[in-house]
Amino acid sequence: MTATTPLWEVFIRPRNGLAHKHVGSLHASDEVMALQAARDVYTRRGEGNSIWVVPSAAITASDPDQTAENFEPTADKIYRHPTFYEIPDEVGHM
Amino acid sequence: MYSQGLIGADNRTEETPEFLARFQKRIDAEEKIEPKDEMPEGYRRTLVRQIGQHAHSEIVGMLPEGNWITRAPSLRRKAALLAKVQDEGGHGLYLYSAAETLGVSREEMTEELLSGKAKYSSIFNYPTLSWADMGTIGWLVDGAAIMNQIPLCRCSFGPYARAMIRVCKEESFHQRQGYEIVMTLAQGTPEQKAMAQDSLNRWWWPSLMMFGPHDADSQHSDQSMAWKIKRFTNDELRQKFIDATVPQAEYLGLTIPDPDLKWNEDKGGYDHGPIDWDEFWRVVKGHGPMAKDRIKARKKAWDDGAWVREAALAHAEKRRARKIAAE
Repeated sequence: MTATTPLWEVFIRPRNGLAHKHVGSLHASDEVMALQAARDVYTRRGEGNSIWVVPSAAITASDPDQTAENFEPTADKIYRHPTFYEIPDEVGHM
Repeated sequence: MYSQGLIGADNRTEETPEFLARFQKRIDAEEKIEPKDEMPEGYRRTLVRQIGQHAHSEIVGMLPEGNWITRAPSLRRKAALLAKVQDEGGHGLYLYSAAETLGVSREEMTEELLSGKAKYSSIFNYPTLSWADMGTIGWLVDGAAIMNQIPLCRCSFGPYARAMIRVCKEESFHQRQGYEIVMTLAQGTPEQKAMAQDSLNRWWWPSLMMFGPHDADSQHSDQSMAWKIKRFTNDELRQKFIDATVPQAEYLGLTIPDPDLKWNEDKGGYDHGPIDWDEFWRVVKGHGPMAKDRIKARKKAWDDGAWVREAALAHAEKRRARKIAAE
């Protein structure tokens, strides 16, 4: 058989209160096998208490060629940052 | 476990000087390169080859140690060795995934390993003749791997660097459990100590060869350094390894099998005797004592596992069809 085994992205939550974080990927035939493989490959030393697996093909990513137009405009909108505004020292911490 | 100085890279590249300069500027600014970023073809090819060789080395590296799991002298040793071999399998998987981000498929890489086209570390083509070898491999082979891999955590290619951070965290256990095995033997009966010495005698030189050819003979090193795939030269890493390992052997009362080994006050490191590069190239090219067995074992595992892969995919397909029918 020449069919390829699908690719999955693995996300792990290190402990309650934290977000699931991408840790890597693996191949598995379905979501059940993907979860089992993720447990064996990515949590051998107490790395977390919850796993998400997502088919890699289901992820839509931004285009690196458009990085500049997507993300650079934020750099010249400095008025979005608190330090843009001058508050006299006498007012105290704000 | 393990990465070797890259064997036979082809880092020719045909982009315009402007493109290469722009890329080099990002590298020089210590920016990480991610899979979908533009990159010179030579950079991509070098990484596919290096990460692939590294992944294959982890997978083949399970075999020499797997050889002793059923004969480990105690349950404690057996559990540790099993965990270590499982780690090597995991390391192989992290690395294959990193290589796949560059557009090469897992199937292609597996095929290249099984056909003998892809190289892997020469160290795994030596046999593991005694239990002491489990200790020596952890101590020297994993020790050499750590020297190589710590700088790779800062490699310019993001997925490789991230995989190496995970690997390095796990390697330290490997080296320490190995050293503990050698230490137990070295402090045991005269026969046990002789076993440890014999093992060191056999693994010392192959371990030094793991760092790859001398800098003067390593033709692709400069480009890899410029692209920050590599941070130290083969000889620099080899020197660090020797300087770290000699005192560890002295502590055990074992003798490094190199009559020319001596402390050099001026350079603040040890000088060592000549390395047998003819042997190195013989083993790299697949004439090592165990080369045929290693590939045979991998091929058998792949062929014997074919029905499992097919059944798993068929089962997934059946469940998918049922789910659609139920909707």
